[in-house]
Amino acid sequence: MPLLEISNLKKAYAAPDGGANVVVDVPEFKLDTQAQVALSGESGSGKTTFLNLIAGILAPDTGSIKLNGLELAGLRESARDRVRATTIGYIFQTFNLLQGYTALENVLLGMSFGPGADREFAKALLKRVGLDAKLNHLPRQLSTGQQQRVAVARALANRPKLVLADEPTGNLDHTNARESLKLIREACRENGAALLLVSHDREVLGQFDAVQELHKLNRAAEQPVS
Amino acid sequence: MTLPLIVAKSLRQHLLSTVVTAASIALAGGLLMAVWVVKTQSNDAFTKQNAGFDAVLGARSAKLQLVLNAIFHLEASPGNLPWTDYEDIAKNAAVALALPIAVGDNYHGYRLVGTTTNLFTVEHAPGRKYRVAEGEEFAAGYMEAVLGSFAARQLKLKVGDKFHPYHGLNFDEKQKHDELYVVIGILEPSNTPADRVIWIPLEGIQNMKGHDAKSAAEISAVLVKLKNPIAGRGLELMYNKQGNRLTFAWPIAQVVAELFGKIAWFDKVLELVVWLVAAVATGSVLASIYNSMNERRRDIAILRALGARAHTIFLAVVLECAAIAVLGMIAAFAVYLGITTVAAHIIRTETGVVLDAFAWHPILAWAPAAMIGLSALAGVIPAVKAYRTNVAENLVPVS
Ligand SMILES: Nc1ncnc2c1ncn2[C@@H]1O[C@H](COP(=O)(O)OP(=O)(O)O)[C@@H](O)[C@H]1O
Ligand SMILES: [Mg+2]
Repeated sequence: MPLLEISNLKKAYAAPDGGANVVVDVPEFKLDTQAQVALSGESGSGKTTFLNLIAGILAPDTGSIKLNGLELAGLRESARDRVRATTIGYIFQTFNLLQGYTALENVLLGMSFGPGADREFAKALLKRVGLDAKLNHLPRQLSTGQQQRVAVARALANRPKLVLADEPTGNLDHTNARESLKLIREACRENGAALLLVSHDREVLGQFDAVQELHKLNRAAEQPVS
Repeated sequence: MTLPLIVAKSLRQHLLSTVVTAASIALAGGLLMAVWVVKTQSNDAFTKQNAGFDAVLGARSAKLQLVLNAIFHLEASPGNLPWTDYEDIAKNAAVALALPIAVGDNYHGYRLVGTTTNLFTVEHAPGRKYRVAEGEEFAAGYMEAVLGSFAARQLKLKVGDKFHPYHGLNFDEKQKHDELYVVIGILEPSNTPADRVIWIPLEGIQNMKGHDAKSAAEISAVLVKLKNPIAGRGLELMYNKQGNRLTFAWPIAQVVAELFGKIAWFDKVLELVVWLVAAVATGSVLASIYNSMNERRRDIAILRALGARAHTIFLAVVLECAAIAVLGMIAAFAVYLGITTVAAHIIRTETGVVLDAFAWHPILAWAPAAMIGLSALAGVIPAVKAYRTNVAENLVPVS
């Protein structure tokens, strides 16, 4: 049984003219346990919306999202929060670290709502991403590359089954991007988490064996001009 | 564990507004507690205060004026009565002790009260008489003064010092008398209005040069201690109903209670004002948190993305408002002690009645409870806004 199984998933936003603007229309998508898959797609092709649906941040209009054997569609918001807290890690392009919290506290918050705070594990994760000397630094006291590494440690803090990464290297320079991506992939593997990454960056996509094009997956995405 | 961390972080991230709103809670809460305690304590202290007497006999007048003048040494004397009235009541079978007093002079605003040496046999509290702590009691007919402890301290007079009295109840330096009095003793503090008085022999006031010659055989009032307080009813009937020349003010506590009855409306207005101030302060908690909701949206969205439930966020905001009130109410106790200490000092200086600024009163428990509860309640409004924060839109989607 795959870790993630999506069928006939649809999501539309209200369009300014009052109609519905369908953004996600995915007939079928599967992701195996511990697999690492990249989705390529241009800006506006619905990548973020797709990941937010899987994370339970957005509720689908119709269709099914089975994660780890549990059907997300139809769950109440608080139940989806619970699933996110226990089985999903999320890495954002803008890192989304809490500015008032230290690196260690950010990682601790990543586990607080799920399995509960475990300081030793949080420290071990920060050590793994090379930040054992920066535990008590605030995000603004860290470089962008270091901030992204805190975000990686935080995404793994709740021992997730699935890590979602939304253009995780979009704000980093070349060298940092390459290293960060390597770190994300290794860390997910070591922690037994599957990785679903979305990006429009050829260089990033080139690192993955399995790359799927979103416009083929998502009938709502515009076909790229060729 | 997580919730207190989120609340503490947020309080620190908005430090300035935390401090300002907590300070407004502190002022309002301190004021609330101080007004309540001073109000109830002074009501209590004044009504219980009788300086050791059950009743006052004086010229026909309002009982309240008689009591204020003769017991509290405030206000003007309503007029004199002949010495024979003192002799009559002193002989009455129901009376244990009668103390004639005469007023009309002061020294730097502290009243000279002429009386007999019987003063020193009065028990102002069970087992406690007006006793000389330093020096000795005055002797009838001599120009000697025994000072109340508070008057002595304020006037910086010691045993052996000499002074000229001034005419009138209020100090006027042009009204100096020629007589020279010597301080012969200082009373132990009694925590009664007697502490603010300069006691001299009765003849002193009666014969002071420049006083009306006919007042030499008159007194201002008679302080009465009854053998059995119930006996006051008979005397009251005799003086107030059958006679029309004198007034017998009895029981003293009831007369003073009438004073508080008269100013009850002021009490109510004060209460209302204080509650309004408290409401405004809790409103300021609401306003400051509500206004910062825009800055908080992203943090809320991030917490939600990490799996925090909407009602956890709701609770965090309510707790933050309550926490501001908790901090404010801790500081409020300093404000409360400051206000009551000053108020107690003023009341003591002006009336001789002693309030205890540190006394326990239930308001000290339920004012904090009310302020914290109201602030938490006010927090519900921004908390609802926090609850409804759209997660996807506030995660700063970059497309
Ligand atoms: N909250 C929203 N309301 C309306 N339209 C939205 C909203 N969020 C995204 N969209 C639209 O949906 C489309 C897909 O957005 P998004 O999922 O962010 O794409 P991507 O991440 O691939 O750039 C875009 O056209 C975007 O304008
Ligand atoms: Mg996007």
